[in-house]
Amino acid sequence: MDSEDDMLYEDDSDQMDDDEDDQDDFVDIGMDPEPTSAKHKNEEDFPYEVLTTEQIVRHMVDCIKEVNTVVQIPATITRILLTHFKWDKEKLMECYYDGDQDKLFSEAHVISPFKKTLGATAKKEMTGLECGHKFCSACWSRYLTTKIMDEGMGQKYSYLFFLYYTVLLNFVRDPKVKLKYQHLITNSFVECNRLLRWCPSPDCGHVIRVHYYDCKPVKCACNHVFCFACGENWHDPVKCKWLSKWIKKCDDDSETSNWIAANTKECPKCNATIEKDGGCNHMVCKRCKFDFCWVCLGPWEPHGSSWYNCNRYDEDEAKKARDAQEKSRAALQRYLFYCNRYMNHMQSLKFENKLYATIKYKMEDMQQHNMSWIEVQFLKKAVDVLCQCRQTLMFTYVFAFYLKKNNQSIIFEDNQKDLENATEQLSEYLERDITDDMLVDIKQKVQDKYRYCESRRKVLLDHVHEGYEKDLWEYNDP
Amino acid sequence: MALKRINKELQDMSKDPPAGCSAGPVGDDLFHWQATIMGPPDSPYQGGVFFLTIHFPTDYPFKPPKVSFTTRIYHPNINSNGSICLDILRSQWSPALTISKVLLSICSLLTDPNPEDPLVPEIARLYKTDRDKYARLARDWTQKYAM
Repeated sequence: MDSEDDMLYEDDSDQMDDDEDDQDDFVDIGMDPEPTSAKHKNEEDFPYEVLTTEQIVRHMVDCIKEVNTVVQIPATITRILLTHFKWDKEKLMECYYDGDQDKLFSEAHVISPFKKTLGATAKKEMTGLECGHKFCSACWSRYLTTKIMDEGMGQKYSYLFFLYYTVLLNFVRDPKVKLKYQHLITNSFVECNRLLRWCPSPDCGHVIRVHYYDCKPVKCACNHVFCFACGENWHDPVKCKWLSKWIKKCDDDSETSNWIAANTKECPKCNATIEKDGGCNHMVCKRCKFDFCWVCLGPWEPHGSSWYNCNRYDEDEAKKARDAQEKSRAALQRYLFYCNRYMNHMQSLKFENKLYATIKYKMEDMQQHNMSWIEVQFLKKAVDVLCQCRQTLMFTYVFAFYLKKNNQSIIFEDNQKDLENATEQLSEYLERDITDDMLVDIKQKVQDKYRYCESRRKVLLDHVHEGYEKDLWEYNDP
Repeated sequence: MALKRINKELQDMSKDPPAGCSAGPVGDDLFHWQATIMGPPDSPYQGGVFFLTIHFPTDYPFKPPKVSFTTRIYHPNINSNGSICLDILRSQWSPALTISKVLLSICSLLTDPNPEDPLVPEIARLYKTDRDKYARLARDWTQKYAM
């Protein structure tokens, strides 16, 4: 019963012990060039660690061992049980000792380690589990390989399915398949653990481990900064919930809504969007069967047979209909307003990445002109600040979109205006050509400006955070 | 491994063919079969003979066979290309299933369409709203294409 699958991990963990020791040695002699295992502490005291895939596996093995010292069952089964409980050790222990153990095992789709049925059948040529169905080892191997390589953990069924068959995994000899299996297990470990998250940037295999779950920025070894709670780029001041709504909205209808605004009208009764592609002005809504006039959007009836004199323009009903129409138009306009500005900053932010290259060239150039390395660093710092400000500004528009107008929101908008203004000025300074004679002057200006930007950014963020704490913000949820 | 299994299924097919169905290889290629299904009695397809092609993947039975109609048929779960929307041919495939069981499942799909998960939404709508008209159209198509 003690399956050889455990070896997969036991082996690796031993190996990793060695690796770890090596790294520790490096630290001792004061040369730790590997930032990967470094512990981070940011300004707001949100401690987290960046772990490599190997460290994650080791972390997982540690968890399993910890539980195993108490419950004394084979490691594979412990792992399956832990996965079943989303790696909540306490919950597992509780159920294990308080509840019906047989029920627990069957719910987690494992065979109770106290039943020794498999050992007997495994010796013969045909193998099976306790259900009694037996197949040859070649079939098992092909079957498991297909399940692992093609279906993976993606499908819930097969996932539970092959956890159940983990004990049979020693039929699989191909190292590629074993590696994939190990990868799938690591992945499920990270996915269902609240304190772990994969770095979302492409091809980055690192995992962030935090001590408590919160919406805070984390920086991966690959330099990608993201929100631990939702995995998006760090989006202060807006909250994850609103950002995800926003992203969904943008995905749904950025260009589409433009087109709709320009080419359609809504049915005055049910608000179905209608494009008129020909025919007369007597419209019958396909959805609610409402008869109305395309020109004035009032009900068709009073038009009678002579709609050409559409003289019902000031009729109360038509006016009401137009009001409703205007309202939905206004909502769309409002969205487009915020969306435009959000997109604009996003676009600029992309350009600023190009600016880094230009600035680097400029800095080299200035060093040719009797300036020291340390004296030209202000330029790089200025671009850093510029990017930070753009990112913050970008997300302030998402925040503002969901914000209801009150006194605090007016203060917020003023802060936003101020920061935006200063950011644009800083951007302009950095675009300019820097000539020798004005160098000192421009350095002064740039330094002043980026310090101003930095402080305005802080003021804006502090104000929003204060609002969160004191519950000053009201939201409208369209 | 696949060949061995396909051979065995072929033997089982000729020894004990399922009701209203038959199947066998097209030429020398055992991975390519043709099958026929007789329209089940008390369905609008009654009296029709429907042809299907079956392609076995090289890793059969670990992957499902590809089955499609070559005879046109008016059915909510079968489209004009002959593709069949049936769970056991995709996500719910299991190596324990055989071609004979798949053909039987298709037979019962002809008797009991599944309009909740349609491949052709228009036919599904008609099936749900006007069963008589659906049956008439299905009978017309059967007469036109399958007799």
